[in-house]
Amino acid sequence: MIKDITIGQYFPGKSFIHKLDPRIKIISTFAFIIYLFVSNTFTGLIVGGIFALLCYLIARIPLKIIFRSLKPIIPIIIFTAVLNMFFMEGDVLWQWSFLKITSQGIRTAIFMCIRIVFLIIGSTLLTYCTSPIALTDAIERLLKPLAKIKMPVHELAMMMTIALRFIPTLIEETDKIMSAQKARGADIETGGIIQKAKALIPILIPLFVSSFRRADELAMAMECRCYHGGEGRTRMKQLYYGTRDIFAVLTFVVLFTITILLNIYASGL
Amino acid sequence: MYSIETRNLTYKYSIGTPYERVAVNDVSLQIEKGQYVGVIGHTGSGKSTLIQHFNGLLQPTSGEVYIDGEKMWEDKAKMRDFRFKVGLVFQYPEYQLFGETVYEDISFGPKNMGLDSAEIDRRVKDAAYSVGITTEQLEKSPFELSGGQKRRVAIAGVMAMEPEVLILDEPTAGLDPKGRDVILGQIREYHSEKKNTVLLVSHSMEDIAANATMALVMNKSKMFAYDTVQNVFAKGEELSAIGLSVPQISRVFTGLGNKFPNIDKKIYTIEQAKQNILSILKHKEGNI
Repeated sequence: MIKDITIGQYFPGKSFIHKLDPRIKIISTFAFIIYLFVSNTFTGLIVGGIFALLCYLIARIPLKIIFRSLKPIIPIIIFTAVLNMFFMEGDVLWQWSFLKITSQGIRTAIFMCIRIVFLIIGSTLLTYCTSPIALTDAIERLLKPLAKIKMPVHELAMMMTIALRFIPTLIEETDKIMSAQKARGADIETGGIIQKAKALIPILIPLFVSSFRRADELAMAMECRCYHGGEGRTRMKQLYYGTRDIFAVLTFVVLFTITILLNIYASGL
Repeated sequence: MYSIETRNLTYKYSIGTPYERVAVNDVSLQIEKGQYVGVIGHTGSGKSTLIQHFNGLLQPTSGEVYIDGEKMWEDKAKMRDFRFKVGLVFQYPEYQLFGETVYEDISFGPKNMGLDSAEIDRRVKDAAYSVGITTEQLEKSPFELSGGQKRRVAIAGVMAMEPEVLILDEPTAGLDPKGRDVILGQIREYHSEKKNTVLLVSHSMEDIAANATMALVMNKSKMFAYDTVQNVFAKGEELSAIGLSVPQISRVFTGLGNKFPNIDKKIYTIEQAKQNILSILKHKEGNI
């Protein structure tokens, strides 16, 4: 049912990658994306892909999950491939009125597809092995310098944490209300658009009412525990960089060296 | 023919994810028409999951469910009919209210059944009367009512469909003792009037003892027992072994029965206890 929806699903675990500092994981993810765009050679891309798959193996994330995360972007991949294939100047292989396929076009199309696939594979790993709370924690720490220019970093992070925290709760609540109305014979699946929209009323109204109630209760509970914003607030879990984080940084230094060297000395491969 | 029958019913949650687990494990049971069944079990024992199979909200992973001898899930177009036959009141049902008026909310079920307006009107008024909602309250917004009243409106919303089987999942959770007695009394009255099958999920053994004729005990997603209330509570020791208690009075009488042979060990309500003690005392007077 609705419970199966995954929004950045987290797979709990105790692997090397799970234990990395979440800040390093966010930075690494960005580094990986930059790596993919810096790489101009197939070898460079493949090295990146193997590295990403290796991370999946280390984190013990089932590889079939990759296919699930790729499914929604298949149209984008096809669209990019077609666009690149037909609109690239170069040695013409096939032509029909204004449409033509060039060898450079095919190469770029394949190149872009691999790039997008690896991009998705690499960046989804972040949410697979980092809990949402750790993620927002890390974002808060990373954005902290911006607090100097009066950006409400803590408030933003708190809002994100609360929003993430309540996604499963609200999904569960929706599920419950839907079941309850279905038990009273509500028909959500069939009918035209207007009927479907009408059928949503008995679900949306209770959902709104309970969201407001929850927000109210949460605000009250936070106030009861003397919450007053980020100033002077300490944390139960401090984030520290460790040896494994240095290792992760070094891995990326090596990866970048490889691909830049490949770009210079082996262009076209 | 049984009102509800299940054969080897098994249900698994989140199949294929790391969170997969069995919620109902190989349950086969037969509930006869007109019974008042108390469903007991720990939180997470599978009670709530089990009862959601009875009106087709959940589809069994394996096994079958029969309502009045008719097999469920054979024809998907018929699923709504099963939902009208088996009314299910969820936990904290007051959070599902949405109508502009109490009347509108209670009439939601009957309207979905496609009844004519005269019949809907009769059913709404009947159901409201059953749960003690007054005519003025019918015109109010459900959000103006108190918690206990909201709960009763939600129960009336299911009763108005006049289902042959009425299932209530902890209808008294979070209510004060008085509110609890009122709701249980109204359900009991409804049961004796309509002669339909009622399933009551509850944590309170006293509530089950005072209302139900049969008891269904769930433990760790399996069916532990389905028997008359008397027979189930007679297994006091087995029940405490799985962490469930029996009514206080039944514990007292098991203890007394172990000491005095002429005391009935199978007593589980205060009323029965009173009768038993009085009869023993009378007997004694006769002897003197």
